Amino acid sequence: MNPALNVGSAPVGTPYFFYGLAAAAVISGLLVITRRNAVHSALSLIVTLLSVAGLYLMLYAPFVAGVQIIVYAGGIMVLFLFVIMLVNIDRASKERQFNRIWPVGLLASCALLALFLGAFSKGRALLPERATQLPEGINTQQVAALLYGEAGRMGQYTFAFEIASLLLLVAILGAVIMTKKKI
Amino acid sequence: MVPITTLHYLVVAAALFVLGTIGVLTRRNVVIVLMSIELILNAVNLNLVAFSRMWGNLHGQIFAIFIVVDAAAEAAVGLGILIAFFRNKETIKVDEIDLLKW
Amino acid sequence: MLNALTSYLGSPVTPGQAGNQLWALIYVLIIFAGVSIAVMAMNWLERKALAHFQIRLGPMRVGPHGLLQPIADALKLMLKEDIIPSEADKTVFWIAPLIGLVAAFTVYTVIPFGPSQAVSDMNIGILFMLGVSSLGVLGIVTAGWASNSHYPLIGALRSSAQMVSYEVAMGLAVVSAILMTSLNTAGTGTLSMIGIVQAQQQQGVWFLFKFFPLGFVAFIIFAIAMVAETNRAPFDLAEAESELTAGFHTEYSGLRWSLFMLAEYAAMIAVSAIAVTLWLGGWMRPFPNLLNAPAWEFVFSLFPGLTFAALAGFAFLGTARMPSHSFFRIQRIGLGVFALLLAFLALVLFVIAIAGRNTDTSLAAHTREGIDYVYWFMLKVAIFMYLFIWYRATWPRYRFDQLMKIGWKVMLPISLGVLILTAIVGVLIP
Repeated sequence: MNPALNVGSAPVGTPYFFYGLAAAAVISGLLVITRRNAVHSALSLIVTLLSVAGLYLMLYAPFVAGVQIIVYAGGIMVLFLFVIMLVNIDRASKERQFNRIWPVGLLASCALLALFLGAFSKGRALLPERATQLPEGINTQQVAALLYGEAGRMGQYTFAFEIASLLLLVAILGAVIMTKKKI
Repeated sequence: MVPITTLHYLVVAAALFVLGTIGVLTRRNVVIVLMSIELILNAVNLNLVAFSRMWGNLHGQIFAIFIVVDAAAEAAVGLGILIAFFRNKETIKVDEIDLLKW
Repeated sequence: MLNALTSYLGSPVTPGQAGNQLWALIYVLIIFAGVSIAVMAMNWLERKALAHFQIRLGPMRVGPHGLLQPIADALKLMLKEDIIPSEADKTVFWIAPLIGLVAAFTVYTVIPFGPSQAVSDMNIGILFMLGVSSLGVLGIVTAGWASNSHYPLIGALRSSAQMVSYEVAMGLAVVSAILMTSLNTAGTGTLSMIGIVQAQQQQGVWFLFKFFPLGFVAFIIFAIAMVAETNRAPFDLAEAESELTAGFHTEYSGLRWSLFMLAEYAAMIAVSAIAVTLWLGGWMRPFPNLLNAPAWEFVFSLFPGLTFAALAGFAFLGTARMPSHSFFRIQRIGLGVFALLLAFLALVLFVIAIAGRNTDTSLAAHTREGIDYVYWFMLKVAIFMYLFIWYRATWPRYRFDQLMKIGWKVMLPISLGVLILTAIVGVLIP
């Protein structure tokens, strides 16, 4: 069989990739909230973010996966690691790690989980499975068309894009001013 | 094996959301609380992208990109607040930051 | 079997696009082997070239002209004692070199050696490359922290601050190159690496020379930023021996340190490959449109053989000039054998170039085309590697505050300006 004619075949091994990535995401999420050492938590969060990026790739969203890796795993987590190293007090990791009222928090979260599972089981029929898939080869171009516009018209989200860049500017200014010793 | 449907992705997102909520409500270390907030935002993103694939258009993905941008801004500002506070009172425990004037 | 090979070599898509796992795996193994050999060769070349720049000889004893020195270095590093500081965090200490190594090697998934010679042509190729190289910063930060000692921590924080700052300028320079891909007839650009080279092919000009001097300035910004990204001289304050006792990899010894070195050299080759793809036309030979007669095609396809013949000539010259003392007999024999190997390789390349000189669909023609693509790509990357060594030999290193000042106050405004000007010129000139 001519291997070159295998273009565009169905993805292979999808359940294995999904269960592997989902298990990695959930287990490292669990490690994030239970580690005593903040740097271990940060490294587990990096694993979570990369697993979620893999799940985005499976959902035919390569651009969002790329943005996730660059911004989240490569930018925000470096920021977190810097701050952890700046404020790292050794005695903090030897004290009590959880609140005094942690059973209440756990109970509330379990109630939330029960609510989610109830909603999923009740609304299962409302989730249609379409036969058509998102085209992956032109995903970036489609995202760009929605964000920037094409053929001379403004895109649907161009205004929101400009507001988001303004938000980033405000965040940069805020972070710089807040960490100055004398304003 | 059962084919992977949108519901599978929603369950994973719900699990991440609940883990993030537990982290926010029970941990004392401020940095870990902020990281749990990032977990919550990721769960929401996963939800949006899964629904975007289900409906076959890209609006969910665009919303997810905006949420990533927003999370970056919020993490930067939150960590700035933490550092500014750490300079005054040398603690990163949430329940020790309990006085308006120290 | 031969049919399968022919149809595979002539396929217009990469194995990743075709969903062909076996060939993708073979490509990955070839890349692993190739990068490891390239890193060893780079190690040897660096020591010899630095030595010759400083009017000394470099390693001469281990093999003929020190050719076996990298093997001796690798053996020494593997046999060294593995020291872990007592208060260090053992898990993170163990993971840190692996993060850097994985980040450096994953970039090779998208690097195009030819129009269908890449592991996978992702739709987001450049975005993937930028993202994965920003994961390398995490390896450095965790390495410095896990050593539990102040020199590595300061070195790691400085090194990662430098890498993050120059990533911004690098990203903007890349964006201005991507902008030029959208000036083709279809009107939409592409982020895929193969698509970028094909855009240069279609527009008939390397992006280095497009809208001169805008493409050139963007290329210079990327060239400076990539030297800073890989912590090489003159931006190597964080790991220079005289400054911080080797910075973030102070506490690493033996095999772990060699993983860091491997990651650094692999990252150097990867970012050079990115620069070649974005600005220097990737796998295209010089003057594909100006000199496009079949005779010129044949002349340019002789270049691989000529290069190896020249290398074999140098090796034969070295053999002839060896002192005729009995101490040097084994070295002379070794160098002679090496020269014969190079000559044999040159002969094979000449035979392929002559046998496949038509552009039909035979196995020889496809092999010749593949070899030509890979050869021109690697020649350009090799020029960049030599430039890295040249920079290290020639320029004094920057002080850290000068480094950060350049990154934020000089490179960022210039790259923003180039981006805006490229956009304006691209719209005005149809």
